[in-house]
Amino acid sequence: MKAIIIGCGRTGSSVAHHLHDAGWEVVVVDEDEEALSNLGTRWPGRFIVGHGLDIDVLVESGIESAEAVVVSTDGDNTNIVIGLIAQRRFHVERVVVRVLDPARAAFFAERGLHTVCPTSIAIGALTEAALVSEMVSTEGASI
Amino acid sequence: MYVLIAGGGKVGANVTRSLLRQNHEVTIIEQRPDRFRVLEEEFDYRVQRGDATELHVLEKAGIGRPPDLLLAVTGDDEDNIVICEIAQKRYFVPKVIARVNDPRNQTHFDMLGVAPTVCATSSIMALIEHEVPESDIIRLLQLREDELEIVEVPIGNDSPSLGKRVEQLKMPDGTRLISVAREGRSEIATASTKLEPGDRVLAILQPGCEDELRRVLLKH
Repeated sequence: MKAIIIGCGRTGSSVAHHLHDAGWEVVVVDEDEEALSNLGTRWPGRFIVGHGLDIDVLVESGIESAEAVVVSTDGDNTNIVIGLIAQRRFHVERVVVRVLDPARAAFFAERGLHTVCPTSIAIGALTEAALVSEMVSTEGASI
Repeated sequence: MYVLIAGGGKVGANVTRSLLRQNHEVTIIEQRPDRFRVLEEEFDYRVQRGDATELHVLEKAGIGRPPDLLLAVTGDDEDNIVICEIAQKRYFVPKVIARVNDPRNQTHFDMLGVAPTVCATSSIMALIEHEVPESDIIRLLQLREDELEIVEVPIGNDSPSLGKRVEQLKMPDGTRLISVAREGRSEIATASTKLEPGDRVLAILQPGCEDELRRVLLKH
């Protein structure tokens, strides 16, 4: 199984390692050469310097035969457009795109793009944690 | 007409000015505080501050009405694509025009159905082709949606079609001659039009037929 990770920041580099540990062939793309350092000193996979919107870079990464593409650069709109290209131009089966803005994440999810919104996830987790602690303290009071 | 403009740089500001002069209603969205202040001095309440790729900013600017036309003219191609997608698919804006900053991104606009587009670099290249003609096909107009293009072909002294009438030319499938310009006058090409050196021929063709057209009109 082959995955292309576009954007090698904290998130992208960690996803790359997880997929590699799971036995996937992983190719990482980032426009900044220095981003390679986020993968640690012994990254066994390929790393390509280039922009994720550049068709030549995508082809070089092997997107045409990839089962999954994970897009996690620092720009929401860049991620969305790269995701749409991976899906509609290269017909990649599983495309996952990070979108920080909940409204845009929801809109493009409705349009068939698999978006993951860290903001929504954090809102949910923080709210839930607050509610749980409230429950614990009320329970404590009743004892 | 009500026009919503995303991006208050040189293009956005000048288009706003021109449209207001023609008595159109305009709202322009600009994110950068410095640019926003300058725009607000000139255009007052017509300027909306914010990121035009955020739904609530677009809504505050009136995209829900919806506008008759939206212009996505920011300096960022991904932003322009996303703005047009949102405008067309979510708010049913009937017409969008997008600016392409980097001509290499044109293919993404086309694939995602964002049209029409304007790209300054491509326009300049087309002008260069036209102004500094090499003896080759000059692309005049691309009808993207119809998958056709209109080209100009200079007929040189070594053209294999020289002295032939149009009906004698073996025009390749997917190509057709439109007109012939000679000494400053143009005429519609008919079966009996004869090609002479110095003629400039307009042809319409399907993409990919350029080489065959070259073979017939330009060189052996």
